[in-house]
Amino acid sequence: MSESTQLDAVPPKAARSGVLLTGLTALPALLEPLMRFAQRVLGTRRMPWVFLAPNLLIFGTFTFLPIIINFYYAFTGGVKLFPSERPFTGMENMATLFDCTDYFNPSTCRKDIFWQAVFNTAKFAVLQVGLMVLFSVITALVLNKKIIGRGFWRGVFFYPVLLSPVVVALIWKWILQSQGVLNGLLIGFGAAPTEWLTSASWMFFWVILVSIWAHMGFYTLIVLAGLQAIPKDLYDAAQMDSASPWRVLRRITLPLLMPNLLVVIVLALIRAVQIFDEVFVLTGGGPGTATTFLVQFIYQTGFASEIHLYGLAAAASLVLAGALLVLTLLQLKITGSGEAKDDRVKGAAGHA
Amino acid sequence: MQNPRKFAVPLANLVLAAVACTSLLAWSATEIRVMCYQDGNECDVTKDLAKRFEAANTDVTVIVDAVPYKAIVEQLPVQLGAGEGPDIARVTDLGGLNRFYLDITPYVKDAKYWETNFGKSLAWLRDGAADKGIYGLQSQLTITGPYVNKTLFDQAKLPIPGPKATWDEWVTATKAVAKATQTPFAMAWDRSGHRFAGPAISYGAKLFDASGNLVIDDGYKAISKKFVDWNKDGTMPKEVWGGTGGSSYRDAFEEFKNGRIVMYLTGSWQIKRMDSQIGKAFDWVAVPNPCGPAACTGIPGGAAFVALKRTKAPKEVGRFLDYLAQESVYAEMMSRTENLPAHAGVAAKGVTYNVGPNAKVALNTFVGEVGKLSPAAYQIQGYKLNRAIFLNTVTRLSQSIVGEMSTDDALGRLTKDIDEAVKATAK
Repeated sequence: MSESTQLDAVPPKAARSGVLLTGLTALPALLEPLMRFAQRVLGTRRMPWVFLAPNLLIFGTFTFLPIIINFYYAFTGGVKLFPSERPFTGMENMATLFDCTDYFNPSTCRKDIFWQAVFNTAKFAVLQVGLMVLFSVITALVLNKKIIGRGFWRGVFFYPVLLSPVVVALIWKWILQSQGVLNGLLIGFGAAPTEWLTSASWMFFWVILVSIWAHMGFYTLIVLAGLQAIPKDLYDAAQMDSASPWRVLRRITLPLLMPNLLVVIVLALIRAVQIFDEVFVLTGGGPGTATTFLVQFIYQTGFASEIHLYGLAAAASLVLAGALLVLTLLQLKITGSGEAKDDRVKGAAGHA
Repeated sequence: MQNPRKFAVPLANLVLAAVACTSLLAWSATEIRVMCYQDGNECDVTKDLAKRFEAANTDVTVIVDAVPYKAIVEQLPVQLGAGEGPDIARVTDLGGLNRFYLDITPYVKDAKYWETNFGKSLAWLRDGAADKGIYGLQSQLTITGPYVNKTLFDQAKLPIPGPKATWDEWVTATKAVAKATQTPFAMAWDRSGHRFAGPAISYGAKLFDASGNLVIDDGYKAISKKFVDWNKDGTMPKEVWGGTGGSSYRDAFEEFKNGRIVMYLTGSWQIKRMDSQIGKAFDWVAVPNPCGPAACTGIPGGAAFVALKRTKAPKEVGRFLDYLAQESVYAEMMSRTENLPAHAGVAAKGVTYNVGPNAKVALNTFVGEVGKLSPAAYQIQGYKLNRAIFLNTVTRLSQSIVGEMSTDDALGRLTKDIDEAVKATAK
């Protein structure tokens, strides 16, 4: 076989692309009769539903249906999985969760670990979000300056966001375990090693720190985008008025950054309430219940324990869903009012 | 030289024909899947034995899926609950999963053979005394018991306590060794309620009341208090039980392997790991279970290959398990996996283990422990809701170890947790 014949046998890349393009352009023509028929039957007003149907089907099957099943499970008991095999117990699971003498003292509650998890989650959300927003703003302010190697530093702060939560947890476990890197360093400097993993207060501190380290890059990026959107002439005017840096921060930067900060706070709060993966790998919820959060309680009650209390886990997840719903509504309200404010500002500028 | 193309065409045809025949055979064969976890090489050996079974039974294909232990504990019950899952699984929650088991009595050649040889372990898989089904094969009989770092005793020039030594005497001895050799800790126990149950029974725990309900009695309370104290005073590394939350399992093998503890309470299934991973780093020995006021016992246990109801090939599943239960096959499995046999015939004849001297001594020690097991140890192992006490013990005692609650409060909570778990399973 000659060389030219061999080359002829394999279609060149351009030809293959051409065939693909032709196929793609022919697709609408092939679908057109089908769409025309659908439009004739359903009418123009109902046609959007045809286009939405595939997505709705997937969303309904994998999101709405599990929510409905979860609702049902929350009102049933036993350890069996099939809904038909589970006895209806009404509000029993909710009553079990909320059976407390004093809601502010988990040890007086029937499900003390659930309440401990609720308090841990609330404490974690407040501390972690507060500190993370603070550090994100500071980091973004620094990264917004014309410092040497700015691109590199931005990469450094964003890099942990790219890591899997399990990898993050394993790295820190390696650092914090009794024979870990941190104790190695302490011994190297002549200090006594500490049992980080068995000290409740230390472990809570490390869980917050690890979580901030892992996620701060993402929020820094949002704040940085907000900083870059602030008009430079405002800073020039402040400079002309000899405003101090602190006054510039308080009177210009922070007020104009507020919409971004609110989004960051709400997103971080939602994420903090859902905290599970990295903490579960790092501490398993321990020592004791010091770092047991709500999602871990649900997971352990429903799945990890060999006696699966699906109903109780489903009821606890409804409590979590309630908390998340409040936070999401808050976010919608904040972003909605922010947009309305922007529109008003744009409108005013248009009139001017 | 002849033209190679002359041979190439017939050769290619031959290969194609062979592939076609094999595919046809594979297509016509019934496939059974085995979900298997391994402590050492149990799944690898099972794969080998399955190949031999397939050679003799060309109509069956056995696929052994090696999975982590976590998958057996967390995913398998959910799969089975949903009517999915493998045909056979290697499980440790022997009685707890009973509702998913398939009775293979109609599919085994000789049910009496099973009763004679696996009588005691068959009962662990059953729903209760009235249940006479054959649900699977105990692939490994385990006994909990301690290992000791003999090199540390030698270095400390102190004798290893004798077979009748109590837990308190062991604590005193191992603390002295730890002090003399600057070893960080005297002792560690796996983070497991099953491991805890042996010393508890030795301290007089009956675990059941007169009506057969689980109970936290004085014996259980006594050892709980001692155990928490040993963790708090540094006899034991707090990190093993206190370093994690919930009821997750954690062993202390790494601590023992690295020479950080003198005595380690675990079980016979660790022999292979000890033999292969510690090697000549130091001398280790398995010692008889220390005594309490009531007994000197460990807990039996192990893993079983169980037939599962959801299978579409019950006959083939029965045939494969029947094959594994054959005396010669079972003896080979025990020898290669370095496990203790649950098969009475194989146990009576003895198993030839090709292991190092330390492992050989350890195997003999654990075989000796079988006869010393307390009836309460068999009773709790055979109780299908034993997880209710095992798992909650881990959670609550860990809370006490890290100072979240007193031991009395932890035991009070434990009693309530057990009641709730038992009630939930009754619905």
